[in-house]
Formats: sequence, structure tokens, C-alpha cells
Amino acid sequence: MARLAARRVLHAVFMLWLVATLVFVFVHVSPVPVERVLGGPRATPETLAQIRANLGLDRPFPVQYWCFAGRLLRGDLGDSYVTGAPVTALIAARLPTTLCLIAGGAVLWFAGGVALGMLGAVKARTLWDRAAAAFVLLGLATPPFVMALALLYVFSTRLTESGVHLFEAGPPLEADFLRRMILPWIALSFLMLATYTRLTRAAMLDVLGEDYVRTARAKGLPERRVVGRHVLRPALTPVVTQFGIDLGALVGSTIVIEKVFGLQGVGQLVHQSIAAGDTPVIIGVTLLVTVCVITANLVVDICYSLLDPRLRHR
Amino acid sequence: MRARGPSRLAWERFKRDRAAAASVAVLLLIAAFAALAPLWEHLTGHPYHATFPGTGLEASGQPRGPGGEFPLGADQLGRDVLVRAAYGARISLAVGLSAALLAAVAGTLAGMLAGLAGGALDTLLSRLIDLTLALPYLLVAVLLSTTFQITSARAGITMTILVVAFFSVAAFARVIRGQVLALRRQEFVEAARLLGASRARIMVAEILPNLTAQVTVLTALLIPAAIVFEATLSFLGAGVPPPMPSWGSMLGEGGDVFQTAWWLLAVPGALLLLTTLSFTMIGDAVRDALDPRGGPAARGR
Repeated sequence: MARLAARRVLHAVFMLWLVATLVFVFVHVSPVPVERVLGGPRATPETLAQIRANLGLDRPFPVQYWCFAGRLLRGDLGDSYVTGAPVTALIAARLPTTLCLIAGGAVLWFAGGVALGMLGAVKARTLWDRAAAAFVLLGLATPPFVMALALLYVFSTRLTESGVHLFEAGPPLEADFLRRMILPWIALSFLMLATYTRLTRAAMLDVLGEDYVRTARAKGLPERRVVGRHVLRPALTPVVTQFGIDLGALVGSTIVIEKVFGLQGVGQLVHQSIAAGDTPVIIGVTLLVTVCVITANLVVDICYSLLDPRLRHR
Repeated sequence: MRARGPSRLAWERFKRDRAAAASVAVLLLIAAFAALAPLWEHLTGHPYHATFPGTGLEASGQPRGPGGEFPLGADQLGRDVLVRAAYGARISLAVGLSAALLAAVAGTLAGMLAGLAGGALDTLLSRLIDLTLALPYLLVAVLLSTTFQITSARAGITMTILVVAFFSVAAFARVIRGQVLALRRQEFVEAARLLGASRARIMVAEILPNLTAQVTVLTALLIPAAIVFEATLSFLGAGVPPPMPSWGSMLGEGGDVFQTAWWLLAVPGALLLLTTLSFTMIGDAVRDALDPRGGPAARGR
């Protein structure tokens, strides 16, 4: 068990290094030079050279990489080209908004997806099941940003005129917290909710067909107990795995939701930085997200082997 | 009477699926709408990139709604939404379909190579797959499209197709690799090897036919995902370069004014939704048709 965990951690660190190097190389070979972006279209060659020197971009590539790697190991992501503030501070300021968005959305989609999926499996082939299936289909087909725009239009424009006030733009972590976040949460989780409903339903139907479930029923256990104790746990294992993976990957999709609802989170930060050519911020956020994805995968892997003893001895 | 092969049986099951038939009809309508884009342009006299501040905007600068000279309204610059939606349909369908096909071919190849070759090549390919899956794809895709700033529409579309395909390959290849690993241990592959079949022959004649069902299903489900991916990129301003319209970029550009001009949201949004919904339903029907064991009722439909 410990050896497996150690191997996984080592693998995760290697992946992280690989992504860091890849992003660094990529951003530095990009054909749009940074000093052009910062200096503007009318900058003289001297100004451009000065900007390069200030940013340390005139040094040879391996030296730049060495400095980057050294700083990274000390937890320093460098300073923003545009504002000069440390990247870690910029990210830290935006992180609570994004975390709040993801956490609320994740609760909504996991709880909702599992509940709807159970409903569909336990009441398979009934009207309930069909209604859930139609809902799933709609969810699967709706891109998150379309959902966000539609919600914003209906609840913020139409209903505000008639007195219902459901959305308030502004920093999410202050007063009126729910009113600011409920629509972004729904928009973020709608597609995932559909996916999880389907996943849970399929997994539960698989388990419900197992022999030991028939045995449990034959023993005369009430259906509630059969589902609660014998079906739910094995059925949820693949769902939890998927949850860990999606949670990390979700940081990317918050870009869209934050843009539509005007939330000043990490997604907006990186979107603005890409437009401004602010390389250190882009690298910083990409690394942060990669760390999230890799950590999520790592935790899932280890949890999975705790849940399923067969995997420990592979 | 002739025996019916598995693909024939699957086709017959697919034909009986009424939801799939309706989806195909909707998609054909949207394809016709896209194909006739020059006709709409001709009938309205509004090229997709031309602005008509005089007729398309009201005196206050608000875009004019549907009706009269602009059947589906005008956008915030006074361009014709009908014509732009038709050209946008071309982009969405072209990018979605070609990216999905490209990803399917590349993913099948990579998955088969990794599964069959084993050893160092498998390790390398599997690590590459892990790496791509660990990257925040939307972020990297936006980064890619903005670093390589592209102004010509053709190059922009190619770039978008490549980006979408690239990030869809990994998941595809992973599934195929797993499938190949399972198939490799089966007796008929063993038998072929004992008969002296080469690796290439085993790959093409023994493994590939057994992958067709899986590949078809995955590709069918990849198409709506690719369309959404393109729309999201264009929405963020990192997809097809303006003034070429795409449903995503129409939604993105109209984002500031749609609160007073609902048609800027409704027209591209509804088209996008109908398209992805239809492709998703077709994908489901294909899966049910190719794998009849569960039947539609066991699957959430």
C-alpha cells in the first residue's frame, strides 16, 4: 500500500515537472513577442530591448529556464509583466471566488446526479425514469456557457423587472452570498449533473443485477436496506472516481462561467492575462490547475485502492 | 433467405429508433440551412460581414429586432443575424465533424499502437495520454489560439479543428488501448499468431474489425462534444477569427447587449442546442443499436 502510494506520488511530481517545462517552453517560443505586447505598436527598438532586459528575456534560454525552475521550487511564480505584483498574490486574491464556485457546483452536481441516478435505477422503466432521462439528455446537450447566458437572461433581466431578484453581480464572499452564487452554481453543474445521473443509474443497474442482491432480497431484507447497504457502495465507487477526475478538470470550465456572470475569479484572471500577454500569470494559473488535476487523480487512485482491496496488490 | 450480419442488424435497430430518426431530420434541416447560406445572403442583400447601421440599428444604437428587412433581427453592429447564423452553422458543423473524425482516426491508431506494441512505446504513449488529460484543456486551447494569432479565416478554422481534435484524442486512445489489451488475450488472436500472422496483419485483420463498434460509438458521442468545444473557444474569442461568424462567437459578441436584444441569444443558442441535442440522441441510438445487450431502457433513455 505504502509502495503504491509512493509510486503514485512520484509519478504525480514527474507529470507536474513535465507540464511546467512544457508550458514554459511553449510560452517562450510563442511567435508574438512579449515586448511587442507590453511596448505597444509604436515602441522604438531601444524601448523593446530595454523591456526585454528588464524582464530577463535577453539571457540565454537555458539560464531563463534554470531561474524559472529555481523560483518554482521555492514556491515563487514570478511577477506579473503588466502590474508587477507577485503572481502568487494575484492568484490568491482570486482563488476564493473560484473555489466557492467549484465547491457549490460540485455539491449540487454530485448530490443531484446521484439522487436522480438512483431514482432512475430504482424506478427503472417508469415515468420517473423517463423524466430523469429526458432531463439528462437536455443537460448533456447544453453547453455550460449557453446555460449561463440563458439563466442570466431569464433571472437577471426578465424576472428582475417583475420583482424577482435572483442575481446580483459583485464579489461573492460578502453579503447576499447565495443570491450571487446560485445561478453560477447551476450553470456550472448542469452538464455534470446529467453525466452523473447517467453514470449512477448505469452503475446501480449493473449492481442490482448481481446474484448477491438477489440473495439479499431472498433473505427478506427490505428493499430500502438492499439498496442502501448492498447496492449503493459498490455502485458509487466508479462515480466517486469520476468525481475526483472531473473536480480538477473543472477549473478550466470556470473561465466561461466567470466571464458570463462577471465573477472575478482565477478563470477571469487567466483570460485577461492571455489577452494581455502576461506570461508569468498564464504559467502560474496553468500550473495551479495542473496541480489540482494531478492531486485529484492521485487522491482518487489512492482512495480507490482503499475501497477495492483487489487493486492493492497489482 | 440470407443471413444478416451484425452491422446489418445494428442498422435495422437504428432505423427503428424514432428519436434518432427525428434527430437526423433536424440535422438535415440545419445542414440545408447552412448549405443555403449564400441564398439567404442573396435574398436579404446582407453579406455576413457587412454592417448596416442605418437600417439594422435604431436611433438609440440598439439593434433592431426580427421582422421586416432582418428576418431574425440585427446584431449590435447592424449585421444580419439570419445570414450570420447560416454561415456560423457551416463553421460549427465543419469544425465539429472534422475534429471528431480526425480525433477518431488518430485516437484509434494511437490506442492500437499502445495496446499492441507494449513495452517502451506503450509507456511513452500512455504517459502522453496522461499528460494531455492532466492539462487544463480549455485554458491551454485558449492559450494556443491566442499565441498563434491568426487572421485568415481558413487558417483559423484549421487551427480550431486541430486544437479540438488534439484534446479529444487522449480520452479516445485510452479507451481503445484498454479494448485492445483485452482483445489481445483472446483465443482468436492467439490462433492467428500461431498461424504465423504478422503483427500488422493481426492489427488490421483481427483487432480492427472488433473495434468498429466501439470506435463508431465513441466517434458519434465525440461529435457533439467537439461542436461544444468549438463554440466555447469561439465564445471566449479564441476560436474562428472575426468577422467570420460562428455560433459561439455570435453568443460571445452579443453577450453585452442580449439583455435587451433576446434574439442575439436565442438564435445561435437554439441552433447550437438543437444540433448538440440531435447529435447526442443519434450517438445514444448508435450505441444502443451496436450493443443490444442493455437495450435502451437499461441505459437511461
